[in-house]
Amino acid sequence: MKRVYVNEDRCLGCHLCEFYCSFANSGADDMAKAFKLDMAATPRIKVEEGGDINFAVSCRHCSDPSCVNNCITGALSVHDGVIEIDESRCVGCYTCVLSCPYGCIVIDKKNGGKTITKCELCTRNSQGEPACVKGCLNSAIVFEERGED
Amino acid sequence: MKYVIIGNSAAGIGTVEGIREYDKDGEIVIISDEKYDTYSRPLISYILKGQVTEENMRYRNADFYEKNKVTKMLGKRVASINADKKEVSLESGETVSYDKLMVATGSKPFVPPMTGLDRVAKKFSFMKLDDEKAVKEAVFDGARVLIVGAGLIGLKAAEALEHYNAKMTVVDLANRILPSILDEDASEIMQKHIESKGVKFILNTSVSEFTENTATLANGETVEFDMVILAVGVRPNTELVKDAGGNVGRGIITDNKQLTSLKDVYAAGDCTESYDISIDGNRILAILPNAHNQGVVAGKNMAGKEAYYLNAFPMNAIGFFGLHIITAGSYDGEAMVETDGVNYKKLVVKDKQLKGFILMGKYIERAGIYTSLIREHITADECDYELMMKAPQMMAFNRERRNDKLAGGVGNEN
Repeated sequence: MKRVYVNEDRCLGCHLCEFYCSFANSGADDMAKAFKLDMAATPRIKVEEGGDINFAVSCRHCSDPSCVNNCITGALSVHDGVIEIDESRCVGCYTCVLSCPYGCIVIDKKNGGKTITKCELCTRNSQGEPACVKGCLNSAIVFEERGED
Repeated sequence: MKYVIIGNSAAGIGTVEGIREYDKDGEIVIISDEKYDTYSRPLISYILKGQVTEENMRYRNADFYEKNKVTKMLGKRVASINADKKEVSLESGETVSYDKLMVATGSKPFVPPMTGLDRVAKKFSFMKLDDEKAVKEAVFDGARVLIVGAGLIGLKAAEALEHYNAKMTVVDLANRILPSILDEDASEIMQKHIESKGVKFILNTSVSEFTENTATLANGETVEFDMVILAVGVRPNTELVKDAGGNVGRGIITDNKQLTSLKDVYAAGDCTESYDISIDGNRILAILPNAHNQGVVAGKNMAGKEAYYLNAFPMNAIGFFGLHIITAGSYDGEAMVETDGVNYKKLVVKDKQLKGFILMGKYIERAGIYTSLIREHITADECDYELMMKAPQMMAFNRERRNDKLAGGVGNEN
Protein backbone atom coordinates (compact mmCIF):
# COMPACT_ATOMS: atom_id res chain seq x y z
CA MET A 1 0.00 0.00 0.00
CA LYS A 2 1.00 3.63 -0.33
CA ARG A 3 2.76 5.05 2.69
CA VAL A 4 4.44 8.31 3.66
CA TYR A 5 8.22 8.09 3.46
CA VAL A 6 10.81 10.68 4.31
CA ASN A 7 14.09 11.33 2.54
CA GLU A 8 16.35 12.64 5.25
CA ASP A 9 18.83 14.00 2.71
CA ARG A 10 16.21 16.47 1.55
CA CYS A 11 14.57 17.36 4.88
CA LEU A 12 15.49 20.87 6.05
CA GLY A 13 13.80 20.50 9.43
CA CYS A 14 11.46 23.40 8.66
CA HIS A 15 8.44 21.81 10.41
CA LEU A 16 6.10 22.90 7.61
CA CYS A 17 4.74 19.35 7.46
CA GLU A 18 3.63 19.68 11.07
CA PHE A 19 1.79 22.90 10.25
CA TYR A 20 0.10 21.38 7.21
CA CYS A 21 -0.94 18.41 9.31
CA SER A 22 -2.38 20.68 12.00
CA PHE A 23 -4.29 22.64 9.40
CA ALA A 24 -5.51 19.60 7.47
CA ASN A 25 -7.06 18.14 10.59
CA SER A 26 -8.39 21.41 12.00
CA GLY A 27 -11.62 21.55 10.02
CA ALA A 28 -10.82 25.17 9.12
CA ASP A 29 -10.98 26.24 5.49
CA ASP A 30 -7.80 28.26 5.45
CA MET A 31 -4.52 27.97 7.24
CA ALA A 32 -4.42 31.45 8.76
CA LYS A 33 -7.84 30.91 10.28
CA ALA A 34 -6.82 27.53 11.66
CA PHE A 35 -3.90 28.95 13.57
CA LYS A 36 -5.27 32.37 14.45
CA LEU A 37 -8.53 30.98 15.77
CA ASP A 38 -6.75 28.25 17.68
CA MET A 39 -8.44 25.56 15.61
CA ALA A 40 -5.20 23.86 14.59
CA ALA A 41 -5.12 20.18 15.46
CA THR A 42 -2.29 18.45 17.30
CA PRO A 43 0.17 17.50 14.53
CA ARG A 44 0.40 13.77 13.86
CA ILE A 45 3.77 14.05 12.16
CA LYS A 46 6.90 14.96 14.08
CA VAL A 47 10.18 16.39 12.86
CA GLU A 48 13.28 15.17 14.62
CA GLU A 49 16.17 17.59 14.39
CA GLY A 50 19.79 16.64 14.76
CA GLY A 51 21.93 19.41 13.35
CA ASP A 52 22.98 17.95 10.02
CA ILE A 53 20.20 15.39 9.94
CA ASN A 54 16.50 16.11 10.05
CA PHE A 55 13.56 13.92 9.25
CA ALA A 56 9.84 13.67 9.83
CA VAL A 57 8.23 10.62 11.40
CA SER A 58 4.60 9.61 11.12
CA CYS A 59 2.58 6.42 11.45
CA ARG A 60 4.02 3.56 9.38
CA HIS A 61 0.60 1.88 9.07
CA CYS A 62 2.22 -1.42 10.01
CA SER A 63 0.74 -4.60 8.63
CA ASP A 64 0.84 -6.21 12.08
CA PRO A 65 0.45 -3.13 14.25
CA SER A 66 1.34 -3.27 17.95
CA CYS A 67 -0.87 -0.27 18.70
CA VAL A 68 -3.96 -2.05 17.34
CA ASN A 69 -3.02 -5.42 18.82
CA ASN A 70 -2.48 -3.89 22.23
CA CYS A 71 -5.34 -1.36 22.32
CA ILE A 72 -7.37 -2.16 25.41
CA THR A 73 -10.64 -0.72 24.13
CA GLY A 74 -10.79 -1.57 20.45
CA ALA A 75 -10.56 2.12 19.53
CA LEU A 76 -7.73 1.47 17.07
CA SER A 77 -8.46 -0.62 13.99
CA VAL A 78 -7.27 -1.13 10.43
CA HIS A 79 -9.36 -0.12 7.41
CA ASP A 80 -7.95 -0.80 3.96
CA GLY A 81 -4.48 -0.78 5.46
CA VAL A 82 -4.93 2.54 7.26
CA ILE A 83 -4.78 2.47 11.06
CA GLU A 84 -7.64 4.59 12.35
CA ILE A 85 -8.62 5.88 15.76
CA ASP A 86 -12.24 5.96 16.91
CA GLU A 87 -12.02 8.81 19.41
CA SER A 88 -15.37 7.91 20.94
CA ARG A 89 -13.87 4.66 22.21
CA CYS A 90 -10.49 6.03 23.29
CA VAL A 91 -10.05 6.78 26.99
CA GLY A 92 -6.50 8.08 26.75
CA CYS A 93 -4.83 5.18 28.57
CA TYR A 94 -1.86 5.50 26.18
CA THR A 95 -1.23 1.76 25.81
CA CYS A 96 -0.64 2.54 22.13
CA VAL A 97 1.94 5.18 23.07
CA LEU A 98 3.66 2.45 25.08
CA SER A 99 3.45 0.09 22.10
CA CYS A 100 4.42 2.05 18.98
CA PRO A 101 8.09 1.38 18.16
CA TYR A 102 8.29 4.56 16.09
CA GLY A 103 6.81 6.94 18.65
CA CYS A 104 4.07 7.89 16.20
CA ILE A 105 1.02 7.79 18.43
CA VAL A 106 0.39 11.34 19.52
CA ILE A 107 -1.23 12.46 22.75
CA ASP A 108 -3.95 14.87 21.66
CA LYS A 109 -3.01 18.01 23.59
CA LYS A 110 -5.85 19.82 21.85
CA ASN A 111 -8.35 17.98 24.04
CA GLY A 112 -6.14 17.89 27.11
CA GLY A 113 -4.87 14.41 26.39
CA LYS A 114 -8.28 12.78 26.77
CA THR A 115 -7.60 10.75 23.64
CA ILE A 116 -4.71 10.00 21.35
CA THR A 117 -4.54 11.03 17.75
CA LYS A 118 -2.53 9.71 14.84
CA CYS A 119 -1.83 9.97 11.14
CA GLU A 120 -4.63 8.49 9.05
CA LEU A 121 -3.03 9.50 5.75
CA CYS A 122 -5.61 12.30 5.48
CA THR A 123 -8.29 9.74 4.63
CA ARG A 124 -10.73 11.12 7.18
CA ASN A 125 -10.34 14.82 6.45
CA SER A 126 -11.03 16.85 3.33
CA GLN A 127 -7.48 16.64 1.95
CA GLY A 128 -7.74 13.46 -0.10
CA GLU A 129 -4.02 12.85 0.07
CA PRO A 130 -1.49 13.46 2.83
CA ALA A 131 -1.20 17.22 3.44
CA CYS A 132 2.33 16.87 4.82
CA VAL A 133 3.47 15.52 1.45
CA LYS A 134 1.67 18.19 -0.58
CA GLY A 135 3.03 20.94 1.64
CA CYS A 136 6.67 19.84 1.78
CA LEU A 137 8.72 22.50 -0.02
CA ASN A 138 11.68 20.30 -0.74
CA SER A 139 9.92 17.04 -1.65
CA ALA A 140 11.49 15.43 1.38
CA ILE A 141 8.28 13.57 2.17
CA VAL A 142 6.72 11.35 -0.44
CA PHE A 143 3.56 9.25 -0.60
CA GLU A 144 4.24 6.14 -2.60
CA GLU A 145 4.00 2.41 -3.03
CA ARG A 146 7.22 0.64 -2.17
CA GLY A 147 5.91 -2.86 -2.42
CA GLU A 148 6.32 -4.13 1.15
CA ASP A 149 2.68 -5.10 1.08
CA MET B 1 -12.84 -28.34 12.48
CA LYS B 2 -14.71 -27.20 15.57
CA TYR B 3 -13.15 -24.69 17.92
CA VAL B 4 -14.53 -24.03 21.37
CA ILE B 5 -13.39 -21.00 23.35
CA ILE B 6 -14.12 -20.62 27.04
CA GLY B 7 -14.06 -16.90 27.76
CA ASN B 8 -15.30 -13.88 25.81
CA SER B 9 -12.75 -11.23 26.74
CA ALA B 10 -9.42 -10.15 25.21
CA ALA B 11 -7.79 -13.60 25.00
CA GLY B 12 -10.92 -15.29 23.67
CA ILE B 13 -11.43 -12.57 21.05
CA GLY B 14 -7.76 -12.71 20.07
CA THR B 15 -8.19 -16.45 19.58
CA VAL B 16 -11.06 -15.89 17.13
CA GLU B 17 -8.92 -13.39 15.21
CA GLY B 18 -5.98 -15.81 15.10
CA ILE B 19 -8.13 -18.70 13.91
CA ARG B 20 -9.88 -16.63 11.23
CA GLU B 21 -6.59 -15.53 9.69
CA TYR B 22 -6.13 -19.12 8.52
CA ASP B 23 -9.48 -20.87 8.82
CA LYS B 24 -12.39 -18.90 7.43
CA ASP B 25 -15.02 -21.61 7.80
CA GLY B 26 -14.37 -23.82 10.83
CA GLU B 27 -17.07 -23.73 13.47
CA ILE B 28 -16.27 -21.45 16.43
CA VAL B 29 -18.23 -21.49 19.69
CA ILE B 30 -17.58 -19.01 22.51
CA ILE B 31 -18.87 -19.94 25.95
CA SER B 32 -18.91 -17.32 28.69
CA ASP B 33 -20.51 -17.08 32.09
CA GLU B 34 -21.08 -13.37 31.46
CA LYS B 35 -24.15 -12.49 29.46
CA TYR B 36 -22.58 -9.58 27.57
CA ASP B 37 -20.91 -9.32 24.20
CA THR B 38 -17.18 -8.74 24.57
CA TYR B 39 -16.32 -5.54 26.39
CA SER B 40 -13.13 -3.95 27.61
CA ARG B 41 -12.82 -4.76 31.30
CA PRO B 42 -10.51 -1.86 32.16
CA LEU B 43 -13.30 0.47 30.99
CA ILE B 44 -15.56 -0.27 33.93
CA SER B 45 -14.04 2.60 35.89
CA TYR B 46 -14.68 4.93 32.94
CA ILE B 47 -18.28 3.74 32.77
CA LEU B 48 -18.69 4.31 36.49
CA LYS B 49 -17.50 7.87 36.21
CA GLY B 50 -19.62 8.46 33.12
CA GLN B 51 -16.79 9.08 30.64
CA VAL B 52 -17.74 6.13 28.42
CA THR B 53 -21.16 4.77 27.52
CA GLU B 54 -21.88 1.06 27.74
CA GLU B 55 -22.21 1.04 23.95
CA ASN B 56 -18.69 2.45 23.59
CA MET B 57 -17.08 -0.07 25.94
CA ARG B 58 -17.45 -2.85 23.38
CA TYR B 59 -14.02 -4.37 22.71
CA ARG B 60 -15.00 -5.20 19.14
CA ASN B 61 -17.67 -3.89 16.81
CA ALA B 62 -21.18 -5.21 17.34
CA ASP B 63 -20.99 -7.28 14.14
CA PHE B 64 -17.83 -9.10 15.27
CA TYR B 65 -19.54 -12.42 16.00
CA GLU B 66 -21.58 -12.45 12.83
CA LYS B 67 -18.64 -11.41 10.65
CA ASN B 68 -16.43 -14.10 12.15
CA LYS B 69 -19.18 -16.72 12.19
CA VAL B 70 -18.99 -17.25 15.93
CA THR B 71 -21.76 -18.99 17.86
CA LYS B 72 -22.24 -17.41 21.27
CA MET B 73 -23.23 -19.38 24.35
CA LEU B 74 -23.44 -16.56 26.87
CA GLY B 75 -24.49 -16.70 30.50
CA LYS B 76 -23.30 -20.31 30.67
CA ARG B 77 -20.59 -21.63 32.92
CA VAL B 78 -18.31 -24.52 32.03
CA ALA B 79 -18.18 -27.10 34.82
CA SER B 80 -15.48 -29.40 33.48
CA ILE B 81 -13.25 -30.37 30.58
CA ASN B 82 -12.97 -33.97 29.47
CA ALA B 83 -9.76 -33.94 27.44
CA ASP B 84 -10.05 -37.62 26.48
CA LYS B 85 -13.57 -37.35 25.10
CA LYS B 86 -12.79 -33.84 23.82
CA GLU B 87 -15.84 -32.21 25.28
CA VAL B 88 -16.74 -29.65 27.90
CA SER B 89 -19.66 -30.01 30.29
CA LEU B 90 -21.66 -26.97 31.28
CA GLU B 91 -23.31 -26.37 34.64
CA SER B 92 -26.60 -26.36 32.74
CA GLY B 93 -26.06 -30.03 31.94
CA GLU B 94 -25.24 -29.51 28.25
CA THR B 95 -22.06 -30.88 26.73
CA VAL B 96 -20.15 -29.27 23.88
CA SER B 97 -17.63 -31.23 21.84
CA TYR B 98 -14.49 -29.72 20.35
CA ASP B 99 -11.56 -30.48 18.11
CA LYS B 100 -9.49 -27.64 19.59
CA LEU B 101 -10.25 -25.95 22.89
CA MET B 102 -9.16 -22.55 24.19
CA VAL B 103 -9.25 -21.87 27.92
CA ALA B 104 -9.36 -18.11 28.38
CA THR B 105 -10.94 -18.01 31.77
CA GLY B 106 -9.16 -14.94 33.12
CA SER B 107 -8.81 -14.29 36.80
CA LYS B 108 -10.99 -13.77 39.84
CA PRO B 109 -10.72 -11.46 42.83
CA PHE B 110 -8.67 -12.75 45.72
CA VAL B 111 -10.36 -11.93 49.01
CA PRO B 112 -8.32 -12.96 52.04
CA PRO B 113 -10.27 -14.11 55.07
CA MET B 114 -11.25 -11.06 57.12
CA THR B 115 -13.18 -11.33 60.37
CA GLY B 116 -16.72 -10.02 60.10
CA LEU B 117 -16.66 -9.44 56.34
CA ASP B 118 -19.93 -11.35 56.08
CA ARG B 119 -21.55 -8.64 58.19
CA VAL B 120 -20.83 -6.01 55.53
CA ALA B 121 -23.85 -5.69 53.26
CA LYS B 122 -22.38 -3.33 50.70
CA LYS B 123 -19.11 -4.92 49.56
CA PHE B 124 -17.94 -5.17 45.99
CA SER B 125 -15.19 -6.45 43.77
CA PHE B 126 -14.34 -4.27 40.78
CA MET B 127 -13.41 -6.42 37.80
CA LYS B 128 -16.52 -7.00 35.71
CA LEU B 129 -19.36 -4.98 34.25
CA ASP B 130 -21.75 -6.49 36.79
CA ASP B 131 -19.46 -5.25 39.57
CA GLU B 132 -19.63 -1.76 38.09
CA LYS B 133 -23.41 -1.92 37.90
CA ALA B 134 -23.62 -3.03 41.52
CA VAL B 135 -21.29 -0.26 42.70
CA LYS B 136 -23.21 2.35 40.73
CA GLU B 137 -26.44 1.11 42.29
CA ALA B 138 -25.01 1.35 45.80
CA VAL B 139 -23.02 4.58 45.66
CA PHE B 140 -24.55 7.95 46.52
CA ASP B 141 -23.25 11.48 46.62
CA GLY B 142 -20.76 11.86 49.45
CA ALA B 143 -20.69 8.14 50.28
CA ARG B 144 -17.91 6.98 52.59
CA VAL B 145 -16.00 4.31 50.72
CA LEU B 146 -13.35 2.02 52.14
CA ILE B 147 -11.10 0.58 49.45
CA VAL B 148 -9.06 -2.42 50.54
CA GLY B 149 -6.05 -2.58 48.21
CA ALA B 150 -3.90 0.22 46.76
CA GLY B 151 -3.25 -1.51 43.47
CA LEU B 152 -4.42 -0.79 39.93
CA ILE B 153 -8.00 -1.94 40.49
CA GLY B 154 -8.54 -0.21 43.82
CA LEU B 155 -7.14 3.09 42.60
CA LYS B 156 -9.07 3.05 39.31
CA ALA B 157 -12.20 2.53 41.42
CA ALA B 158 -11.14 5.51 43.55
CA GLU B 159 -10.70 7.68 40.47
CA ALA B 160 -14.22 6.83 39.32
CA LEU B 161 -15.81 7.28 42.73
CA GLU B 162 -14.41 10.79 43.03
CA HIS B 163 -17.15 11.71 40.56
CA TYR B 164 -19.66 10.84 43.28
CA ASN B 165 -17.85 13.05 45.81
CA ALA B 166 -17.06 9.89 47.71
CA LYS B 167 -15.02 10.21 50.90
CA MET B 168 -12.44 7.54 50.30
CA THR B 169 -10.00 5.70 52.50
CA VAL B 170 -7.61 3.24 50.93
CA VAL B 171 -6.04 0.61 53.18
CA ASP B 172 -3.17 -1.64 52.11
CA LEU B 173 -0.82 -4.01 53.85
CA ALA B 174 2.08 -2.80 51.70
CA ASN B 175 3.97 0.32 52.70
CA ARG B 176 3.33 2.02 49.36
CA ILE B 177 0.82 2.21 46.52
CA LEU B 178 1.01 0.45 43.15
CA PRO B 179 4.03 -1.68 44.10
CA SER B 180 3.44 -3.99 41.13
CA ILE B 181 4.37 -1.30 38.61
CA LEU B 182 6.17 1.54 40.44
CA ASP B 183 9.35 1.92 42.45
CA GLU B 184 9.31 3.68 45.82
CA ASP B 185 9.92 7.20 44.55
CA ALA B 186 7.26 6.97 41.85
CA SER B 187 4.81 5.46 44.36
CA GLU B 188 5.35 8.45 46.60
CA ILE B 189 4.73 10.94 43.79
CA MET B 190 1.53 9.17 42.78
CA GLN B 191 0.35 8.85 46.37
CA LYS B 192 0.78 12.60 46.95
CA HIS B 193 -1.05 13.29 43.71
CA ILE B 194 -4.00 11.10 44.66
CA GLU B 195 -4.03 12.47 48.20
CA SER B 196 -4.31 15.96 46.73
CA LYS B 197 -7.64 14.83 45.28
CA GLY B 198 -8.93 14.05 48.74
CA VAL B 199 -8.25 10.33 49.00
CA LYS B 200 -6.83 9.16 52.34
CA PHE B 201 -4.29 6.34 52.49
CA ILE B 202 -3.63 4.14 55.49
CA LEU B 203 -0.72 1.88 54.57
CA ASN B 204 1.28 -0.80 56.36
CA THR B 205 -1.84 -2.23 57.90
CA SER B 206 -4.87 -4.38 57.24
CA VAL B 207 -8.45 -4.76 58.39
CA SER B 208 -8.60 -6.95 61.45
CA GLU B 209 -12.36 -6.82 61.88
CA PHE B 210 -15.46 -5.56 60.10
CA THR B 211 -18.84 -4.66 61.50
CA GLU B 212 -21.64 -3.59 59.19
CA ASN B 213 -20.28 -0.05 58.80
CA THR B 214 -16.87 0.03 60.45
CA ALA B 215 -13.49 -1.53 59.93
CA THR B 216 -11.03 -1.86 62.76
CA LEU B 217 -7.50 -1.89 61.46
CA ALA B 218 -4.55 -3.84 62.80
CA ASN B 219 -2.86 -0.55 63.72
CA GLY B 220 -5.79 0.33 65.99
CA GLU B 221 -7.48 2.90 63.75
CA THR B 222 -11.17 2.67 62.90
CA VAL B 223 -12.65 3.54 59.52
CA GLU B 224 -16.37 4.15 59.09
CA PHE B 225 -17.85 3.42 55.71
CA ASP B 226 -21.04 3.15 53.70
CA MET B 227 -19.55 0.66 51.28
CA VAL B 228 -16.38 -1.39 50.75
CA ILE B 229 -14.44 -2.09 47.54
CA LEU B 230 -12.35 -5.26 47.83
CA ALA B 231 -9.32 -4.99 45.57
CA VAL B 232 -6.60 -6.92 47.35
CA GLY B 233 -5.51 -8.93 44.36
CA VAL B 234 -6.50 -11.41 41.69
CA ARG B 235 -5.92 -15.11 41.13
CA PRO B 236 -5.89 -16.97 37.80
CA ASN B 237 -8.87 -19.21 37.07
CA THR B 238 -6.95 -22.46 36.63
CA GLU B 239 -9.42 -24.98 38.03
CA LEU B 240 -10.84 -26.32 34.76
CA VAL B 241 -7.43 -27.30 33.43
CA LYS B 242 -6.18 -28.51 36.78
CA ASP B 243 -9.23 -30.72 37.34
CA ALA B 244 -8.82 -32.15 33.84
CA GLY B 245 -5.29 -33.24 34.79
CA GLY B 246 -3.40 -30.39 33.09
CA ASN B 247 -0.19 -28.79 34.29
CA VAL B 248 -0.86 -25.82 36.53
CA GLY B 249 1.47 -23.69 38.61
CA ARG B 250 0.32 -20.31 39.82
CA GLY B 251 -1.30 -20.06 36.42
CA ILE B 252 -1.99 -22.55 33.66
CA ILE B 253 1.30 -23.71 32.14
CA THR B 254 1.59 -23.52 28.37
CA ASP B 255 4.35 -23.84 25.82
CA ASN B 256 5.21 -20.90 23.59
CA LYS B 257 2.46 -21.93 21.18
CA GLN B 258 0.00 -21.50 24.09
CA LEU B 259 -0.66 -25.26 24.19
CA THR B 260 -1.30 -26.67 27.66
CA SER B 261 -0.11 -30.12 28.74
CA LEU B 262 -3.52 -31.46 27.63
CA LYS B 263 -3.90 -32.58 24.04
CA ASP B 264 -5.57 -29.95 21.83
CA VAL B 265 -6.26 -27.69 24.83
CA TYR B 266 -4.79 -24.20 24.61
CA ALA B 267 -4.81 -21.39 27.15
CA ALA B 268 -4.19 -17.64 26.99
CA GLY B 269 -4.49 -14.49 29.06
CA ASP B 270 -4.73 -13.83 32.77
CA CYS B 271 -5.31 -17.50 33.64
CA THR B 272 -1.84 -18.48 32.35
CA GLU B 273 1.79 -18.06 33.26
CA SER B 274 4.00 -16.34 30.69
CA TYR B 275 7.70 -16.47 30.10
CA ASP B 276 8.91 -12.95 30.92
CA ILE B 277 12.08 -12.03 29.00
CA SER B 278 12.87 -9.18 31.37
CA ILE B 279 13.34 -11.53 34.35
CA ASP B 280 14.15 -14.66 32.34
CA GLY B 281 11.43 -16.63 34.11
CA ASN B 282 7.75 -17.45 34.35
CA ARG B 283 5.24 -15.11 35.91
CA ILE B 284 1.62 -14.12 35.61
CA LEU B 285 1.36 -11.22 33.17
CA ALA B 286 -2.21 -10.19 33.79
CA ILE B 287 -2.33 -7.38 31.26
CA LEU B 288 -4.78 -6.97 28.46
CA PRO B 289 -2.41 -6.69 25.47
CA ASN B 290 -0.69 -9.87 26.59
CA ALA B 291 -4.04 -11.67 26.75
CA HIS B 292 -5.08 -10.55 23.29
CA ASN B 293 -1.74 -11.34 21.66
CA GLN B 294 -1.47 -14.76 23.30
CA GLY B 295 -4.97 -15.46 22.06
CA VAL B 296 -3.98 -14.57 18.50
CA VAL B 297 -0.95 -16.89 18.66
CA ALA B 298 -3.05 -19.70 20.12
CA GLY B 299 -5.72 -19.21 17.47
CA LYS B 300 -3.19 -19.49 14.66
CA ASN B 301 -1.81 -22.71 16.10
CA MET B 302 -5.30 -24.08 16.62
CA ALA B 303 -5.97 -23.42 12.93
CA GLY B 304 -2.80 -25.29 12.00
CA LYS B 305 -0.47 -22.35 11.42
CA GLU B 306 2.67 -22.49 13.53
CA ALA B 307 3.10 -19.35 15.64
CA TYR B 308 4.98 -18.53 18.81
CA TYR B 309 4.42 -16.13 21.67
CA LEU B 310 7.85 -14.76 22.44
CA ASN B 311 9.18 -11.58 23.93
CA ALA B 312 6.58 -11.13 26.64
CA PHE B 313 7.29 -8.72 29.47
CA PRO B 314 5.19 -6.63 31.80
CA MET B 315 4.01 -3.29 30.48
CA ASN B 316 1.39 -0.91 31.70
CA ALA B 317 -0.06 2.38 30.58
CA ILE B 318 -2.50 3.84 33.04
CA GLY B 319 -3.47 7.16 34.57
CA PHE B 320 -4.91 8.17 37.91
CA PHE B 321 -6.68 11.49 38.42
CA GLY B 322 -4.93 12.91 35.34
CA LEU B 323 -1.39 11.77 36.13
CA HIS B 324 -0.21 9.22 33.61
CA ILE B 325 2.25 6.37 33.97
CA ILE B 326 3.88 4.18 31.35
CA THR B 327 6.04 1.34 32.64
CA ALA B 328 7.68 -1.75 31.19
CA GLY B 329 10.10 -4.54 31.94
CA SER B 330 12.16 -5.12 35.06
CA TYR B 331 13.79 -2.56 37.36
CA ASP B 332 16.78 -4.71 38.23
CA GLY B 333 19.91 -2.99 36.94
CA GLU B 334 21.64 0.35 36.83
CA ALA B 335 19.09 3.16 37.13
CA MET B 336 19.09 6.61 35.58
CA VAL B 337 16.53 8.87 37.22
CA GLU B 338 15.25 12.32 36.30
CA THR B 339 12.51 13.98 38.33
CA ASP B 340 11.17 17.31 39.49
CA GLY B 341 9.01 15.80 42.20
CA VAL B 342 5.94 15.57 39.96
CA ASN B 343 7.21 14.14 36.69
CA TYR B 344 9.40 11.08 36.93
CA LYS B 345 11.59 9.11 34.58
CA LYS B 346 13.59 6.03 35.45
CA LEU B 347 15.49 3.99 32.91
CA VAL B 348 17.08 0.73 33.97
CA VAL B 349 20.03 -0.65 32.02
CA LYS B 350 21.72 -3.99 32.53
CA ASP B 351 24.31 -5.66 30.30
CA LYS B 352 24.38 -2.56 28.09
CA GLN B 353 20.69 -2.93 27.35
CA LEU B 354 17.51 -1.20 28.47
CA LYS B 355 15.58 -3.66 30.64
CA GLY B 356 12.82 -1.53 32.07
CA PHE B 357 11.45 1.96 32.61
CA ILE B 358 9.02 4.07 34.60
CA LEU B 359 7.74 7.24 32.94
CA MET B 360 5.31 9.59 34.64
CA GLY B 361 3.73 12.86 33.61
CA LYS B 362 5.57 14.77 30.92
CA TYR B 363 8.00 11.93 30.19
CA ILE B 364 5.51 9.51 28.65
CA GLU B 365 5.57 10.73 25.06
CA ARG B 366 6.96 8.32 22.45
CA ALA B 367 7.56 5.71 25.17
CA GLY B 368 7.10 2.92 22.64
CA ILE B 369 10.57 3.59 21.25
CA TYR B 370 11.93 2.54 24.67
CA THR B 371 9.63 -0.48 24.67
CA SER B 372 11.09 -1.50 21.32
CA LEU B 373 14.61 -1.43 22.78
CA ILE B 374 13.54 -3.98 25.38
CA ARG B 375 11.53 -6.09 22.96
CA GLU B 376 14.16 -6.12 20.24
CA HIS B 377 17.09 -6.48 22.66
CA ILE B 378 18.81 -3.42 21.21
CA THR B 379 22.06 -2.75 23.06
CA ALA B 380 24.17 0.37 23.53
CA ASP B 381 26.40 -0.92 20.70
CA GLU B 382 23.54 -0.67 18.26
CA CYS B 383 22.22 2.82 18.95
CA ASP B 384 23.27 6.06 20.63
CA TYR B 385 22.12 5.25 24.16
CA GLU B 386 23.19 8.63 25.50
CA LEU B 387 20.87 10.40 23.07
CA MET B 388 18.18 7.80 23.51
CA MET B 389 18.20 8.14 27.28
CA LYS B 390 17.62 11.90 26.98
CA ALA B 391 14.38 11.26 25.14
CA PRO B 392 12.99 8.42 23.04
CA GLN B 393 13.81 9.23 19.42
CA MET B 394 14.54 7.61 16.08
CA MET B 395 17.56 9.90 15.74
CA ALA B 396 19.44 7.67 18.17
CA PHE B 397 19.58 4.85 15.63
CA ASN B 398 22.22 5.02 12.96
CA ARG B 399 21.02 6.03 9.54
CA GLU B 400 20.90 2.57 8.08
CA ARG B 401 18.96 1.09 10.98
CA ARG B 402 16.62 4.07 11.13
CA ASN B 403 15.82 3.90 7.45
CA ASP B 404 15.36 0.19 7.72
CA LYS B 405 12.91 0.65 10.57
CA LEU B 406 11.00 3.52 9.01
CA ALA B 407 10.77 1.78 5.66
CA GLY B 408 9.54 -1.44 7.19
CA GLY B 409 6.13 -0.72 8.54
CA VAL B 410 5.46 -4.33 9.35
CA GLY B 411 5.02 -3.99 13.10
CA ASN B 412 6.95 -6.06 15.52
CA GLU B 413 4.61 -8.14 17.61
CA ASN B 414 6.09 -11.60 17.58
